[in-house]
Amino acid sequence: MVNKYKQLAIAASVAAACLGVTLPSAQAAEEQFFMLPSYRVGPYGANGQSWYGGFIDYLSYVNMKGGIDGVQVTWDECETEYNNAKGVECYERMKAKAQKAPGPIHVMSTGISYALVDKTAADKLPLAMMGYGLTSAVDGSVFPWAFPLVTTYQMQASAIIKFLKDRNNGSLAGKKIVFLYHDSAYGKEPILALQAESRLNKYSLIEIPVAHPGNEQGAQWQRIRQENPDYVILWGWGVMNMTALKTAQKMGFSREKMVGGWWSGSEEDVVPAGDAAKGYMSATWNVSGKNVPLIADIEKTVYGGGKGNLKDTSKLGTILYNRGVSAAVLSVEAIRTAQARYGKGKAMSGEQVRWGLENLNLTEARLKTLGATGLLPDVKTSCNNHEGSGKVKMQQWDGTKWVPLTDWIEGNKALIHPLFQADAAKYAKEKGIKPRDCSKEK
Amino acid sequence: MFYRETGQFKTSYAADQQIFPIRQDRIGVILLLLVAFIVVPLVAGNYWFNAILIPFLIFSLAALGLNILTGYAGQLSLGSAAFMAVGAYAAYNFQVRVEGMPILVSFILAGLTAAGVGILFGLPSLRIKGFYLAVATLAAQFFIVWCLTKFPYLSNNSSSGVISVPGVEMLGFKFDTPQSRYLLVLTIVVVLALLAKNMVRSTTGRAWMAVRDMDVAAEVIGIRLMRTKLLAFAVSSFYCGVAGAMYAFLYLGSVEPDGFSLDLSFKILFMIIVGGVGSVLGSFLGAAFILLLPIFLDISLPALAAALHLPFDGATVSHIQLMIFGALIMFFLIVEPHGLARLWQIGKEKLRLWPFPH
Repeated sequence: MVNKYKQLAIAASVAAACLGVTLPSAQAAEEQFFMLPSYRVGPYGANGQSWYGGFIDYLSYVNMKGGIDGVQVTWDECETEYNNAKGVECYERMKAKAQKAPGPIHVMSTGISYALVDKTAADKLPLAMMGYGLTSAVDGSVFPWAFPLVTTYQMQASAIIKFLKDRNNGSLAGKKIVFLYHDSAYGKEPILALQAESRLNKYSLIEIPVAHPGNEQGAQWQRIRQENPDYVILWGWGVMNMTALKTAQKMGFSREKMVGGWWSGSEEDVVPAGDAAKGYMSATWNVSGKNVPLIADIEKTVYGGGKGNLKDTSKLGTILYNRGVSAAVLSVEAIRTAQARYGKGKAMSGEQVRWGLENLNLTEARLKTLGATGLLPDVKTSCNNHEGSGKVKMQQWDGTKWVPLTDWIEGNKALIHPLFQADAAKYAKEKGIKPRDCSKEK
Repeated sequence: MFYRETGQFKTSYAADQQIFPIRQDRIGVILLLLVAFIVVPLVAGNYWFNAILIPFLIFSLAALGLNILTGYAGQLSLGSAAFMAVGAYAAYNFQVRVEGMPILVSFILAGLTAAGVGILFGLPSLRIKGFYLAVATLAAQFFIVWCLTKFPYLSNNSSSGVISVPGVEMLGFKFDTPQSRYLLVLTIVVVLALLAKNMVRSTTGRAWMAVRDMDVAAEVIGIRLMRTKLLAFAVSSFYCGVAGAMYAFLYLGSVEPDGFSLDLSFKILFMIIVGGVGSVLGSFLGAAFILLLPIFLDISLPALAAALHLPFDGATVSHIQLMIFGALIMFFLIVEPHGLARLWQIGKEKLRLWPFPH
């Protein structure tokens, strides 16, 4: 009988090995493995191609420059098609390989990141959500393993309000602002922040949802025309952005009074809208263009060496490409931070990379050394603050390119961060998590 | 030679009426259950539990729910994902709002809530049939997802409408390992599947099939149409609701209304079409086909491409995978329009005659 079980076990493991899933492959001594549950096909495939292209190009660039203090970077991609169940399957498939020396995991999808928050914490793998995902994870006492790095929707909304306030001589009192949003988890996230800001700044807020996918907005813009607001904040995704710009033009609403979030401010959103997009503004946490030294150097080194990931090189230097590079810069810097503490030239474990993410200090000086000055804001994280920056830049589309309008603007942290803490406390209560004491972290 | 019922004499009504009247079938099912309950937890790894077995079982249950409605009672529905959403959100609310609510009770209440909603959206079936009914159930699909996004109360005032479920605990035992979750899902699915198997051969099931085959004739022989149809909607939605609750609690851990989109409803419908309309076994075969084949292709194609030195990158592989998947669906529907379950049945009939052809 024992023998039979053994045979079954052998048969099953052979079958599993044929599928190439369960057995962790033997890794060379010092390698840091990035799992990339990416998407290059499906409805948002074009966005994924630029973003993951930038991410992988920077990893290749780091390898060509000698790795992270000698530690080579490896990675595997798995297609998620922006689908939650497929994302979880990809994560489970690559998990074993990542267990030893993982890089931060980037999924570029709010839905998948929500599904992975608990799983990554249980498996002790660091999860990064840059500009999406579970924003209350800013409170690291409840979410030790999740990092909504750089900035969050709420802080972005707050920064946009600050920007509009500055444009109106420091006061928005009596103004009317329409929040036109994608009716989904993503679109609803900033509402609480905008309401808190409206109580503080005395403007009136009108929330108008657009059902997915948002390629018909006649009714919404009819309403906007009746309300005649001072500004429209656009929180769209994919085809909704283009439609909003075109409908605004048709209805005669000035695009210079429209401000978008960062998922409404890439080339993919404005180019298809043609001249309807001219004058439209949006927030971003990274700039576009190839005049950042790092991006130019990637083009020269990586594409010059024939190792570029993008097939369509015209996407080099676009907002989303540069965002992928920025995400990779932060991930690699976190590993460097961990190495500085736990041993240079060694592959870092999940726990060590987590520490690196939590004690990241990407100063202006460091950004300059990397050649990334102005590409992204400075970031300094801590146990209490997994966001680390909360800054965005405003940019305007001039018909051919995005022109930066301002320096980095920080949202109202004193107003917004307590919202995260309240939400995280509720999450901890629902899940029965005991928050750790941040003052004891070192 | 081996699969033959000759010589198995039934001496009591009970023996004649058992779920699996043929001894070989009984042995087969018991062996299958033994493998599922004992061997699989011993040999399978985390990946198998989390990414393959648990979703397979959950979707089998959802497909079974739809099969009761569409396959047995003949009412075409495109709202299965919405009923799953009702189950997921209902279980979440019972669990979060009622202190100390046992998880299984939450699941049952979630199923009952979904059943209630199902009855409501089943009402049009009394007047309309076929494709028109499918359009009416489409309304359920959109209305329920809209409703869950619209009312923050339903997601316990989560700012984004996404719910993140608490851990599953029963009598102090935490279901936090993949094995334990798998066993819990398996137990629930086995119990409900046996119930369904029993139900479809009872008076209720026969009434459903009579309505499916010709509702006027069914009415003439004394079957109450309203009760029968609404009961089918209720039972079907109950199954989908429990599947939805397990999808949230034991599989993903966090769900959003948009996750239960029309795409998912279609997927469940394809499961029963490929697996076999009007067959309990077909629900399982269909779920396996629709869920596992893409994963299998996804894993084997890059390896194949590498072995043959083909210059494929990730995106191309995904496209090819979709093409092969679509082609296989068409192939199976042309070769066997009654689904994989029918193939199994033909196989069994051949086995009975084997080794003699006639």
